[in-house]
Amino acid sequence: MKIHEYQAKEILRKYGVPVPGGEMATTLEQADVAAKSLFGAGNKVVVVKAQIHAGGRGKGGGVKLAKTLEEADAAAKAILGMQLVTHQTGPAGQKVQRLLIEEGSAIERELYLGLVLDRASARVVFMASQSGGMEIEEVAHKTPELIYKEYIDPAVGFAPYQARKLAFKLGLKPTQINDAVKFMTGLYKAFVETDSTLMEINPFITTKDDKLLALDCKINFDDNAMFRHKDLKELRDLAEEDPLEVEASKFALNYIKLDGTIACMVNGAGLAMATMDIIQYAGGSAANFLDVGGGANQEQIENAFGILLSDPNVKAIFINIFGGILRVDVLATAVVAAAKKLGVKIPIILRLEGTNVEEGRKILAESGLKFEVGTTMKEAADLAVAAAKGGK
Amino acid sequence: MAVLVDKNTRLIVQGITGREGSFHAKACAEYGTKVVGGVTPGKGGTTHEGWPVFNTVEEAVKETGANVSVIFVPPPFAADGILEAAGAGVPLVICITEGIPVLDMVKTWEFVKGSKSRLIGPNCPGVISPGKAKVGIMPGRIHKEGSVGIVSKSGTLTYEAVYQLTTRGIGQSTAIGIGGDPIIGTTHIDALKLLNEDPETEAIIMIGEIGGSAEEAAAKYIKEHVKKPVVGFIAGQTAPPGRRMGHAGAIISGGEGTAAEKMKAMTEAGITVVKSPAEIGEAMARVLGKA
Repeated sequence: MKIHEYQAKEILRKYGVPVPGGEMATTLEQADVAAKSLFGAGNKVVVVKAQIHAGGRGKGGGVKLAKTLEEADAAAKAILGMQLVTHQTGPAGQKVQRLLIEEGSAIERELYLGLVLDRASARVVFMASQSGGMEIEEVAHKTPELIYKEYIDPAVGFAPYQARKLAFKLGLKPTQINDAVKFMTGLYKAFVETDSTLMEINPFITTKDDKLLALDCKINFDDNAMFRHKDLKELRDLAEEDPLEVEASKFALNYIKLDGTIACMVNGAGLAMATMDIIQYAGGSAANFLDVGGGANQEQIENAFGILLSDPNVKAIFINIFGGILRVDVLATAVVAAAKKLGVKIPIILRLEGTNVEEGRKILAESGLKFEVGTTMKEAADLAVAAAKGGK
Repeated sequence: MAVLVDKNTRLIVQGITGREGSFHAKACAEYGTKVVGGVTPGKGGTTHEGWPVFNTVEEAVKETGANVSVIFVPPPFAADGILEAAGAGVPLVICITEGIPVLDMVKTWEFVKGSKSRLIGPNCPGVISPGKAKVGIMPGRIHKEGSVGIVSKSGTLTYEAVYQLTTRGIGQSTAIGIGGDPIIGTTHIDALKLLNEDPETEAIIMIGEIGGSAEEAAAKYIKEHVKKPVVGFIAGQTAPPGRRMGHAGAIISGGEGTAAEKMKAMTEAGITVVKSPAEIGEAMARVLGKA
């Protein structure tokens, strides 16, 4: 689960990690009040930042500096409601519905700090780099030796000596080392206690008066751990997610919207990915990833049909089910009932395999509905691609 | 021979009185696996479907001589279930549960890797040695006893591969579902090592998916150590970056974990890599000279 920068900074504040003062605004009036109060407190510069769940906001025009209240108001007006396009949003961009109005900082150095799960070592790794403000993936690609890493023993936790090592490697001044240790220790504590999977401070800055600040912050939480974080769950911003994905999540369907024309309904994540792949090899493109799980019943298949049919790009539906525990005849009965109830008009191509497959095919044939059945995955994919092209 | 589970397997089920645990305990027993009991804290001393239920794994092992435990405990408690089984010294622990918080697994794995137990999973279908024993949720009847070993991150995709083999008359020695989570006990390499050393296994199917770099590491291992022919497939060739494709571990992030990189590494290691999931069985038949 992703959250906004302003929400991430509120979490850091709770853990004693210094962040610039600021306020979130959803209207121009709120933005004006926030900027007025920051200028009133003696700030020379105020920053207006678009709050969307994507990086690269500055380059896309979503971050502006203001030296007067008029400039701040103008920046807020320009950014709020804009369709912000970054390398992470896709060409359509993301509508800006929230702003962060923040005090400006006198930046001396821009550095990087990050905490992430390292799969190979099965440990949390603390990363630091002097190349702040850049994409860390780019740094990792070009100059991996310039990313310093400390692997954290879960039983011991993040030891102060590890924080000191990173702080010295970052070239911080001796007077800043203790603050840096406190800063990093706070971050690790926040990471663990919020069940994060990613926490990035980019840039992590030193100011002209030698202070350390988290100028930006990105946090992702572990969806699997949200059962024990009711408070964090409330930080979810549904406006940042695809509406069909939000709808699917209400029915516990594992659905991801894609750009193609062939809707897929599959049991199992691996087979669902493989189904997208085989559609491409057959010359088509998948409209979605959908794993209906092992216990798909009629209600769940109706829900899934509902989601798939809400996508206007969909020209055909490809159902690829391997019936193991779930019997094929039971599944076929559910598909027939759901298709009849919803009056599905577009072609449905099925490829059913596994337990009681003959009975299942008989149920489809006798349903009075026009299903196309492929006996192999490849044959069904070819049928689906042909149907999707014929429907144009 | 086969590996991990066979006729000597004595299985206990953690969470045997739950819906899933109960259903699959019966299915495993029907397949011929020797199920010797179960564990549900607070229900010790009772019986469930004829099996003795114990309060702790330690007690279950002592009373039944169990050497394998399969875990069907809900996600908030499953990591503790793994710790308990490893703490009791069960040699093989197979965790089916999907949805364990990853930081729970970081701590749990730290303990398990230093213990005498081998962990398979979590978030996996389990292990089956056709004709001998089934410990997991896979449909037993699609399998056939034989000599192809399988290691896979995915459940239904493994069934798919098995089915393609069985319908061609090619049997399997052992199919190992290692799971789709970012942190798992037995990795592709560990499973390959077992299958490579198993005299009954003549060839291996390796199924991976996007995310992480375990397949690249496995490819390197195969190149250096495995003499048996390997057929490989990677799911998620068309998956968009930055999105989690169902499995917690199936995500391309920071340019790492793409199917293209994995397939390249595998091809370079001499593995017969198929692009289409429909060609796994056919490719294996060719490799074995049975096409």
